[in-house]
Amino acid sequence: MIQEEVTIKNRAGMHTRPAAALVKLAAKFKAEFYIEKDGLEINGKSIIGVMTLAAEQGSKLRLRFEGEDEMLARNEIVGLIDRGFDE
Amino acid sequence: MTASEQVPDEITLKGIPASPGIAIGPAFVFHKDGPVVQERSIADQDVEKELKRLAEALAHARKELAKIVEFAEKKLGAKQAKIFEAELMILEDSVLFEAIRKRVRTELKNVEFVVREEIGKYHALMQTSKDEYTRERANDVEDVQNRILRNLQEGRLVSKIDGSHIIVSKNLAAADALILSRNDVLGYVTEIGGSTSHMVLLARALNIPAIVGLHEISTVVHKGDTVILDGYSGVFVINPTRDTRKKFEEKREGHKEFEGNLATLRDLPAETLDGHKVQLSANVELQEELGFVKRQGADGIGLFRSETLLLGKEVFPSEEDQYKTYKAIAEGVHPKRVIIRTFDIGGDKLMAQAVRENNPFLGWRGIRVMLDMPNIFLDQLRAILRASVKKNVSIMFPMVSSLKEVRKAKELLERAKKRLTDKKMSFDSEIEVGVMIEVPAAAVIAEDLAHEVSFLSIGTNDLIQYLLAVDRGNEIVSNLYQEFHPAVIRFLRRIIERGKGEKVWVGMCGEMAGDPLATMLLLGLGLDEFSVVPHMLPEIKKIIRSVHYSEAKHLAKKVLNMETEDEIEGYMKKVMKSKFPDIPLE
Repeated sequence: MIQEEVTIKNRAGMHTRPAAALVKLAAKFKAEFYIEKDGLEINGKSIIGVMTLAAEQGSKLRLRFEGEDEMLARNEIVGLIDRGFDE
Repeated sequence: MTASEQVPDEITLKGIPASPGIAIGPAFVFHKDGPVVQERSIADQDVEKELKRLAEALAHARKELAKIVEFAEKKLGAKQAKIFEAELMILEDSVLFEAIRKRVRTELKNVEFVVREEIGKYHALMQTSKDEYTRERANDVEDVQNRILRNLQEGRLVSKIDGSHIIVSKNLAAADALILSRNDVLGYVTEIGGSTSHMVLLARALNIPAIVGLHEISTVVHKGDTVILDGYSGVFVINPTRDTRKKFEEKREGHKEFEGNLATLRDLPAETLDGHKVQLSANVELQEELGFVKRQGADGIGLFRSETLLLGKEVFPSEEDQYKTYKAIAEGVHPKRVIIRTFDIGGDKLMAQAVRENNPFLGWRGIRVMLDMPNIFLDQLRAILRASVKKNVSIMFPMVSSLKEVRKAKELLERAKKRLTDKKMSFDSEIEVGVMIEVPAAAVIAEDLAHEVSFLSIGTNDLIQYLLAVDRGNEIVSNLYQEFHPAVIRFLRRIIERGKGEKVWVGMCGEMAGDPLATMLLLGLGLDEFSVVPHMLPEIKKIIRSVHYSEAKHLAKKVLNMETEDEIEGYMKKVMKSKFPDIPLE
């Protein structure tokens, strides 16, 4: 199990476009992927869950990866978020 | 009757009368805050069946949405169509639906209940978010939820009711009222809604009594209760005593007789005693009304509300579909004339939940929307033109506020004509064009607008609201909506004078035209055409035929010098009561 904290970098926060990109990426991995923000934890592979997070710029998210390819999942997903979702 | 049986108490309530008539019968309470969802327990062996229903509903919902997106892309451009992105993705959220399926299996509840519970969870969280963007996405989530629920209930929709009933509901969208009207509906009662809501217009068109503004009624009435609906006074009685029932039955008979007498006026012209003739036409929403309109002796249709073609539809009807309807109406009244008003909708009705404005009343509506959506506008213009081959169709543009708009609209009309000519399709090349005067600015520049068109039609419903800064649907200030406010009367005089000064005819299709209290005044101000709700045609005609134009002019002159609405209304009532003691003026 891997846990990691990230900060949302892009100005518009995690609106529909980046949320979709995140969910799409997470779907590629076998590992389970959860996101926690302000005490609310949602499944990172669920778009409706991610939308509910309302992660604006600067918000801190706690990510949790669990499964056989958790390392790879963590690398790619954290990479995407750190790059500001390539926006 | 045994000692343990109790006669339920008679309860009398009062709401706002919205459509005339008296109905007596059993109540049917209709719920619609989104589709009806009931929690039901299911048996183990029914789980697979429930899950299959969900899968099918999802497939339908996806198809539905895909059609909407396709249409949105075509008509509005790819950018606008992106607003449906979130919904599309949620419908493909495998985590969400796996969770829903799991809950159905473990909790053994019906799938509607679980869908609403599960999606409702996210909706509630989003609604309370501090982030505005997320709060808006909550609406998308609600749409998805309702879309799925609707598709789950296809075939189970509450549209089949046995027997004749008076429908009681918190609110009733026009689409629902229409669907329900296919049953034997005796009347409609709602808790909220103003008297200009589409439901009410529909009730009047179908000649069904209605009451609005009867707070909390859907919680007080129960299905099957015997109720009396008096659409003349707004009185609503639950569990009437035998005496009460008799009283209303007699009142109903009395009105029938009065209306029967009016029917003899049908083929007579709307002409004053001293030979002044006006056009007395009907406001129409549905093809179904044509028979009634003809029986009532209309001189034509002064307003055909084309936006009813959009009722209950997710996508805009095609040019071909529109043409079929316009053609049917035009042929149905031929040789009399029909004036088709182009779509008068708020941008929010363009696509479901696409646009949210803070103040839609002062926003993207009427001709503004059509000029921003030229492809949709051209579809409609071509359809109307094609229906004009028998030369009895006119076009009217709503919510016009500037000369620029009118010229732009006419330009598009010319483009539509050219396209039809190229395709060798016939139409009336001299089709009459007019505009609605409902924005005060239009009234102020009436003479300039009159240079561009053949007629002006006064839309008092909105004109009065804009002029007096009163939202008619706002119960707190709705009593400030005054037809007889001196500013309104003077405005009317101005519009009529300026229009006629430029040799265009001036009509009125707003509610005021159908108000018997205003008839003499409007006559005296020189109005050329009264377009009224079909139910009122005989009554207005009776008044016109019973007065002299000279006395109407005299009355108008007197009223124009009065300073307050109380003075004006009081005077009108006095005159009417003495000349027409048997016309109900509630």
